[in-house]
Amino acid sequence: MDFQLDSEQEALRDAVRGLLSKAYDTSETRREVTKQDPGWGDKTWQQLAEMGVLGLPFAEEDGGMGAGPAEVSIVAEEIGRVIAPEPFVEAVVLAGGLVAAAGTPEQRAEILGSLAEGGLVPAFAHTEPASRYELTATGVTASGSGDSWTLNGVKEPVLGGARADLLIVSAAVDGGTGLFLVKPDAEGLTRTGYTTFDGGRAAHVGFANTPATPLGEPGADQSAVIAATVARAQIAYGHESLGAMETALRTTTEYLKTRKQFGVPLMTFQALTFRAADMYVSLELARSTVTWATLVLLDGGDATEAASRAKLQVSKAGRHIGQEAIQLHGGIGMTAEYSVGHYTSRLTAIDHALGDGRHHLNRLVSTLGDHGVVEPLP
Amino acid sequence: MKLQLSDEDAAFREEMHTFFTTQIPQDVRDTVAARRELSKEQIVASVQAMNAAGIAVPNWPVEWGGKDWTPLQRHIWHEEMQLANVPPPLPFNASMVGPVIAAFGSQEIKERFLPKTANLDIWWSQGFSEPDAGSDLASLRTTAVRDGDDYLVNGQKTWTTLGQYGDWIFTLVRTDPSVKKQAGISFLLIDMSSPGVTVRPIELIDGGHEVNEVWFENVRVPAENLVGEENKGWDYAKFLLGNERVGVAPVGSTKRTLSQAKEFARTAGPGGTSLLEDPLVAAQIADLENEILALELTALRVVANSADGKPHPASSVLKLRGTELQQAVTELFVDLAGPLALASGAGDGSDVPDLARVATPNYLNFRKASIYGGSNEVQRQIIAGTILGLRG
Repeated sequence: MDFQLDSEQEALRDAVRGLLSKAYDTSETRREVTKQDPGWGDKTWQQLAEMGVLGLPFAEEDGGMGAGPAEVSIVAEEIGRVIAPEPFVEAVVLAGGLVAAAGTPEQRAEILGSLAEGGLVPAFAHTEPASRYELTATGVTASGSGDSWTLNGVKEPVLGGARADLLIVSAAVDGGTGLFLVKPDAEGLTRTGYTTFDGGRAAHVGFANTPATPLGEPGADQSAVIAATVARAQIAYGHESLGAMETALRTTTEYLKTRKQFGVPLMTFQALTFRAADMYVSLELARSTVTWATLVLLDGGDATEAASRAKLQVSKAGRHIGQEAIQLHGGIGMTAEYSVGHYTSRLTAIDHALGDGRHHLNRLVSTLGDHGVVEPLP
Repeated sequence: MKLQLSDEDAAFREEMHTFFTTQIPQDVRDTVAARRELSKEQIVASVQAMNAAGIAVPNWPVEWGGKDWTPLQRHIWHEEMQLANVPPPLPFNASMVGPVIAAFGSQEIKERFLPKTANLDIWWSQGFSEPDAGSDLASLRTTAVRDGDDYLVNGQKTWTTLGQYGDWIFTLVRTDPSVKKQAGISFLLIDMSSPGVTVRPIELIDGGHEVNEVWFENVRVPAENLVGEENKGWDYAKFLLGNERVGVAPVGSTKRTLSQAKEFARTAGPGGTSLLEDPLVAAQIADLENEILALELTALRVVANSADGKPHPASSVLKLRGTELQQAVTELFVDLAGPLALASGAGDGSDVPDLARVATPNYLNFRKASIYGGSNEVQRQIIAGTILGLRG
């Protein structure tokens, strides 16, 4: 078992860190960027494309870099470290990942090539107002045959749904859940965008006899593809959270060292430093589980259980660290001007994307009787 | 980055698994599985079986019986042992006094003590804590005053675990009261059969006799029993407490105990139904499994990164979280036993399963885990100070 990065992976980390720490040098820069639509920086997105980051996990023949889960985890963690609003996990790992897993060779080359170059930003339209975290689609239905299909129903909230250049929509088909491509100018498509509490964007997306192209085999049940790709995105979100938690903890410890009350630095008070120590414990335990989940992905086996384990651990750690980061700062932590509350906000958003801790605990409960002990090694 | 063990480590793991499940006396493993106390003879038999195979003290220098294993291999050794219901070698011998003698003792002291220490022919007790020196160990007051070729030792040690079995005791004693408290301490080996040594039992809340007070009244100790240099004992004690990074978190035994608790739960509901169908019980067990996984993976990260000899910063996490989870599982067992947990004193003729009878004594006994070896508050202090740089 080896948790270490190799020198190429370290170089990737340093390059992405350099780019993003320049793009988001202060919390104020991020606030400015997230105030304007689409909620992230076009220039930063282009720079990420030039660095090869947007095509990282895709095959070279599809226009990608042919890298794997380790490289994805590195980028996601750097995104989290500055809570960069660019939709790396959403557009590349999740939406792009679905195309890579289910698309025909032509679809893959066209969509992934353009995504990798920064020209096309896709979004996965899956969540429905009544679906909670289910991976099946019921509220949006597909009908048709061959290449000619139409969709009806509502998806909401769809992250990045208003700005997306291409929607990848899950919809009920005979015998399961299919995946469809919908263009922004498609007939009967309505998109109403709004902001989310973490500075992001989401949308109400309506389909009324909206023409759609099947992703991959027409009418096929894509549940397995969705589950596997969502697991990859869950693990990537785990890494994004690790980056965010690490910064939240570092910001908090710096504050405890410099902020004075009663004439002394706050770190004089053990009631505060012990709580910071517990934050560190939460972070390290989450780091272990999330990194292991990436190792499981690398190993090529089914990663859905590992993804649930990582998501549960991160959910607990993210709440703990996010809440304590604000509390240990005191009033300043409540302000929009100061950085730390935005980290808590982003961690909360990630927690509720693709299943929160309770949801994943429930999944783990369903297989509780199948094993004596949980073995980290295959 | 890679999930799988190397072929070599996988083979090593298999070798350890086979050894521990076939070469350790079955009654020892049965007693551990029953969560019952081991006798002195059982502990000795288990250690001697390991020592005969050359794997009782892998952390020692090779010339004294150690193994040239990687940190990961030592971790695997320790985990497989626990998973097989085998008690780890007596820590006072294998992890404490042995490494100190090997590192700081004279050749004569090494030859005199190390082979017998490895084989548990000498049962060592630990004489560190005193009534007024717990977490603040350097405040200890037991004195050793030089008198010709001997030291005269006076004072009291406490919390001496299994001291009733002890042949020898390694002590921290004050040899120079005139200097800063850490600078006047020496590391002295004392034969417990010496005149003036008295061992008195301390009964604990579980009703057991695990720890003792040890009194020294004008005990004459040959000066040759000093380890290393006089007044350097604090350095040796720090070495002793800091050099054991493998095995600080009882991952394997906690994992095994949780699995046992889960098995117990399958028939612990009303009318022999499964408590795993109770959503609250199931959620608690699933959550504990996930927490223990995180701990185990953290232990693996620590051993994988401690090859350069420096402790990985996350190692303090292991003691802190490891004992919390160990305690959480003992608590779970009491909850699963429910009203049967009251039957702790039941003997022959009782219908209460043995695991329910021992649940509460174990729960009470393991409150110790977050206190010994540097209390969890001390661990938080280390994390805050050393890792986060928060120094009050």
